[in-house]
Amino acid sequence: MSEKSKLSILTNGILNENPVLRLVLGTCPTLAVTTMASNGIGMGLAATFVLLCSNIVISALRNIIPNQVRIPCYITVIAGFVSVVQMVVKAYVPDLDKALGVYLPLIVVNCIILGRAEMFASKNGILDSALDGIGMGIGFTITLTIMGSIRDILGSGTWMAGLGKLIPALGADFSIQIIPETIDTFSLMTSAPGGFFVFGILMAAATWLTTRPKKAPAVEGGNA
Amino acid sequence: MAIKLASIFFTMILVDNYVLAKFLGICPFLGVSKKLDSAVGMSLAVTFVMVLATAATWPIQTFLLTPVNADGTLKWDMGYLQTIVFILIIAILVQLLENFLKKFIPALYKSLGVYLPLITTNCTILGVTILNLDNKYNFIESIVCAAGAGIGFLVAMVLFSGVRRRVEQAVTPKCFEGLPITLVAAAVTSLSFMGFGGIIDAIFKAA
Repeated sequence: MSEKSKLSILTNGILNENPVLRLVLGTCPTLAVTTMASNGIGMGLAATFVLLCSNIVISALRNIIPNQVRIPCYITVIAGFVSVVQMVVKAYVPDLDKALGVYLPLIVVNCIILGRAEMFASKNGILDSALDGIGMGIGFTITLTIMGSIRDILGSGTWMAGLGKLIPALGADFSIQIIPETIDTFSLMTSAPGGFFVFGILMAAATWLTTRPKKAPAVEGGNA
Repeated sequence: MAIKLASIFFTMILVDNYVLAKFLGICPFLGVSKKLDSAVGMSLAVTFVMVLATAATWPIQTFLLTPVNADGTLKWDMGYLQTIVFILIIAILVQLLENFLKKFIPALYKSLGVYLPLITTNCTILGVTILNLDNKYNFIESIVCAAGAGIGFLVAMVLFSGVRRRVEQAVTPKCFEGLPITLVAAAVTSLSFMGFGGIIDAIFKAA
């Protein structure tokens, strides 16, 4: 395979096949943890790690795993890596563990990871699968961060509050005031309806961005 | 006791609705809510598996992974195996259930069968089993909580399939067609559920 196609595997996940906005996979954590941008980053990185490792392992084992029992095998591999992430996060960033709560173990059933294992890693080589994992992970992280930022800024007026807990060098109280404190915030954005709403708008924006130049028909992939 | 159970049950349906307030099980919520009968079928299958999975995972966590001595200290702590053990139990349970229904209750299998394989990767199931333990519910409370979560899922699915039929026919900007406008409709549905906030406390505290 040429260098260009390797690069396209990597960048595919960022917009054209963005796992959340275009393939509509992994919607639950997307909606649930994006009340704050910093949670989005943490969740994105955790999922990226699992995605990368499980893609590599599944791709390496793709000729050994019998076809009939492949899904249970994939889930076991994924659950193993999720447990690793859980233990690491609990040990080193306990605040993130508290913020993500039950959604951290729920990475196991995140359809992005099983979806990529089934759609990509089970059919491609190790290097390509690793690149796909990284690309999808970056796409997921960027989407979560954008969505988190919108809800963070509109809902609480500050941006990146809590990032100090991820990066201790910034100090625990790190946050950037975007909307002046004198203006009332739109607190609905940090609760459930705001999540659905921002997600809908972002998905429409992604559809518009990817289909605009070619005037091609909208939304492929569909429901997962 | 009965009041506490009823309070847990109705909280799970109205206030902590898994789909609309906790964002669990969004994939089936968006995927199979197009038609009323498939929405009902899916939710019943989910409710069934939820209760079964809770009944299976609660004893395993309590007696096998993190058993407690009489004085409240842990005998041994294998809690870190929770994720991997639970997901395997759920996967096995779903498979068993599918085989059982196919063999003994073919009529039910016909209506629920297609949804069963999807349920393994439905985050509501794993979510409810873990949240029950996080909330330190006892066995009966856990079962009631799981049943409430399932019924809550049913309510959300049925309500939303009605909303969705209207939305599908609406004229929207091109880029909003399909899922984006559905999500915006879900936001409005979820907004209406926020109105239930506090209702459970008000009813059961007064009683």
